[in-house]
Amino acid sequence: MTDTSRPGVRDEEILSLEGVSLWLSGREILHDVAFSLRAGELTGLIGSNGAGKTTIFRVILGLETPSAGKVLFAGHPRQRRSKSIGYVPQSIGLDPDVPLRARDLVALGLDGDRFGIPLPSRSRRQLVDEVLEAVDAQGFADARVGKLSGGELQRTLIAHALIAKPRLLLLDEPLASLDIRSEQEVVGLLAKIAKAHAIAVLISAHEMNPLLPVMDRVVYVASGRAASGPTEEVVREDVLSALYGHHVDVLHVHDRILVVAGKDETHHTELERTRTVVPRGLG
Amino acid sequence: MFSGFMVNAWIVATMVAVVAGIIGFFTVLRGSAFVAHAVPQAGFAGAAGASLIGVSTLAGLGTFAAISALSIGFLGKRGRHDAVTALTLVFMLGLGALFLSWSEEYASAIYALLFGEVLGVSSNQVLATAALGVVCIAAVVILYRPLLLTSVVPEMAEARGVRTHRMELCFLVVVALVTTMSVPVVGALLMFSLMVGAPGAARSFTDKPLSALSLSVGISVAIVWTAIAASYETDWPVGFFVGVLGAVFFIAGRGWVAWRRSAAGRVDSTGHLATGPMQLATATGMNGEPT
Ligand SMILES: Nc1ncnc2c1ncn2[C@@H]1O[C@H](COP(=O)(O)OP(=O)(O)O)[C@@H](O)[C@H]1O
Ligand SMILES: [Mg+2]
Repeated sequence: MTDTSRPGVRDEEILSLEGVSLWLSGREILHDVAFSLRAGELTGLIGSNGAGKTTIFRVILGLETPSAGKVLFAGHPRQRRSKSIGYVPQSIGLDPDVPLRARDLVALGLDGDRFGIPLPSRSRRQLVDEVLEAVDAQGFADARVGKLSGGELQRTLIAHALIAKPRLLLLDEPLASLDIRSEQEVVGLLAKIAKAHAIAVLISAHEMNPLLPVMDRVVYVASGRAASGPTEEVVREDVLSALYGHHVDVLHVHDRILVVAGKDETHHTELERTRTVVPRGLG
Repeated sequence: MFSGFMVNAWIVATMVAVVAGIIGFFTVLRGSAFVAHAVPQAGFAGAAGASLIGVSTLAGLGTFAAISALSIGFLGKRGRHDAVTALTLVFMLGLGALFLSWSEEYASAIYALLFGEVLGVSSNQVLATAALGVVCIAAVVILYRPLLLTSVVPEMAEARGVRTHRMELCFLVVVALVTTMSVPVVGALLMFSLMVGAPGAARSFTDKPLSALSLSVGISVAIVWTAIAASYETDWPVGFFVGVLGAVFFIAGRGWVAWRRSAAGRVDSTGHLATGPMQLATATGMNGEPT
């Protein structure tokens, strides 16, 4: 995808959530969540398991309707049917025997919602090849999707989302099941895509360190509340302590950030999942 | 073997095989093999009930097939519907058993509904089967891409605005239609084996969706033709041959996959051996969870 049919203005506001609250089965899952995403920027949606990350994606996609607040897409209330938002879910539970190659899955991203059997077309094939190239997937384009490694499948799914030329790309825990090398490949790829196509990219993760080198902004979620802004303005002791409702330490070790609960903390277990103690020492 | 009443048998059985091969492709893709078992059973109960009160068995069959398919669709709305499917299956089997006990004089007709009556098809049946077959094939051709999309990546389909549940209901209605056209010919039990055996085998032989679909049709037709010919020669029931051949193709497919994997493994092993353990060490040693 070397050409971008929609040049997209850098820094243009693509999506904004304003005071979004969501009640499900009598529980407030999200409380007063507000943030905005801009074209060409990569934003990390950071929080431990159960914090509300996936729910935020579902609200953005229009699969859940907020009990209060607004979701604006390019300044307008979002519509349910929209190909302008690409979404890669946390896990897709793929049947390993499904007779489908990586390139077929990508092609379904282009016109999978249309009726009729697709006729072989050169322009369609070319477009698929371009997107496969953009995510560096030519090497396994003809492999069965069930045989792909975690990183290869992730890149195929990104291509599936990308081929519809979205203005916003949502990825739910794309790094969760990857080894370090694929993790870095996928992160680098997403940063490249955000810049090259002026797409707003929102990536959720329970660990922010892999995203630090490329993340323009962060939305930090804890128990359904969120703080957002540039990383250095959000990942601070005062901001996160206020968000968690108790004291947390923010430690900088080498190039990494550790968020750790204070000594006499009762909510210790929740925080544990968000920190990493051992630096990776890769360079 | 190709004269007189046998001509109808060949024509109808071929149409059933083609449609079963096509719909079966999606049945297996969607993990709905169990549904393809329950709906024909319901059709059987409906046909038994219809013959009991003296109305057209085809109508009874279609009604019950549709009711069961739609109740599976609506009751199993959230996620997996295997419990609802099982319940439908058991309920319909019970109903079929009840109707059966009331109408002993129809025993041979009932037997035909379960195991098929390929060798005794009338010209009227040829027309009815053809009409239903055309509707089923048209539905699948139209819904091909959304069905594929919602089968493989349902969440991504939903996110872009495809109504996955509506698609599921459409699919279930088509399964009910296919059932209605096929059960009078091949019977409830064989319908199931055609809809699962052929596509299950086909997906082992190719990675491409359209090729797998075509191969599924080819295998299905091959099974039915061979079964009819063998049945004609031996006087054994067609059902026996359909069931056995379905299993044979499926096992052959698995064998083919296993053989290809071991062949590929021999080629790969030298290249991949070196990187394997190292990656493992990086992953566990440097990304370890804190305690
Ligand atoms: N449909 C629902 N009904 C009730 N609670 C829900 C529902 N969906 C999610 N939750 C709850 O909302 C919280 C946030 O979930 P989720 O957004 O999946 O977290 P994360 O993705 O950050 O791990 C969890 O406590 C979860 O149990
Ligand atoms: Mg989640």
